[in-house]
Amino acid sequence: MSRVRSKRRAEFKDRASLFAALGDETRLSIIGKLSAGAPLSISRLTAGSELTRQAITKHLRVLEGAGVVRSVRAGRESLFEFTPEPLKDLRSYLEQVSDQWENALARLKAFVED
Amino acid sequence: MKNTIEKRIELNAPVSRVWRALTDHREFGEWFRVKLDGPFAPGQVSTGHITYPGYEHIQWEVTVQKMEPERLFSFTWHPYAVDPAIDYSKEPTTLVEFTLEAKDGGTLLVLTESGFDAIPKDRQFEAFRMNDGGWTEQMKNIEGYVARPL
Repeated sequence: MSRVRSKRRAEFKDRASLFAALGDETRLSIIGKLSAGAPLSISRLTAGSELTRQAITKHLRVLEGAGVVRSVRAGRESLFEFTPEPLKDLRSYLEQVSDQWENALARLKAFVED
Repeated sequence: MKNTIEKRIELNAPVSRVWRALTDHREFGEWFRVKLDGPFAPGQVSTGHITYPGYEHIQWEVTVQKMEPERLFSFTWHPYAVDPAIDYSKEPTTLVEFTLEAKDGGTLLVLTESGFDAIPKDRQFEAFRMNDGGWTEQMKNIEGYVARPL
C-alpha cells in the first residue's frame, strides 16, 4: 500500500516537473530542435539563439531533470538527446482524463434523454 | 501530443434541458456522480464530494468561471485529482468548458478541457505575444515525434 502510494507520489512529482519543464518557450524550442532526432551539442543549440551558452546549459539541466533530455558523449563533445518516454506517459495521463470525460458524458446523455 | 481534450456529443434533448442538467447543481451531481454543497455561481468555488463508487473519499472543488445561459458553462479544476494523499493545489489547473448549440431539435454539446500545457497564467499571454504560434508549433513537433513508432 505504502509502496503504491509512494510510486503514485513519484509519478505525480514527475508529471508536475514535466509540466513545469515544458512551460517555458526557450525549453520548448530546445525540445523542438532535438525532436528532429539527432543529438546536438550546446554550441549547435546556442547558434541562432540570443541566449548565452550558460543560459542554454541551465535550460538543458531542467529538461534533463524532467527526463526528456539526456546527455551522451561523442568523442570529446557532450551531445544532448531528446528522450520522449516521459511525454508518452503524459499522453497516457491525458488519455485517462479523456476516458473519464467519455464516461461522464455517456451518463449525461442517458440522464437528459431519459 | 494534443494538449486539449475535446469531445463532441449529440444529445436528443433540447438545449434548455441540457443547460439545466449542466448548471443545476443537483442535476449535475446526478450524472457526474458528485454531491455538491450548493448552487453554481460565476466566480464562486463549488465544493462537495464524489459519489462515484470507489471514489467517495475524493473532494470536489472547482471554481466556476462562466455561465452564459444555454450557451457556455465553464470551470477550472485540478484534473484527475484522485489521490487524497496528494496536494493537488500545486498542480496547474485546467479549464473545462461545456458549449451548447441547438441541432436538429437536439443539442450539440462540445466539451473541452485545456491548460495541460501549464504555462503560468501571467506568462501565457506574454509568451504568445512574443512568439506568435511558437507554442503550437513546438507542440506539433513533439506530437510528430511521439507519434512515431519506436
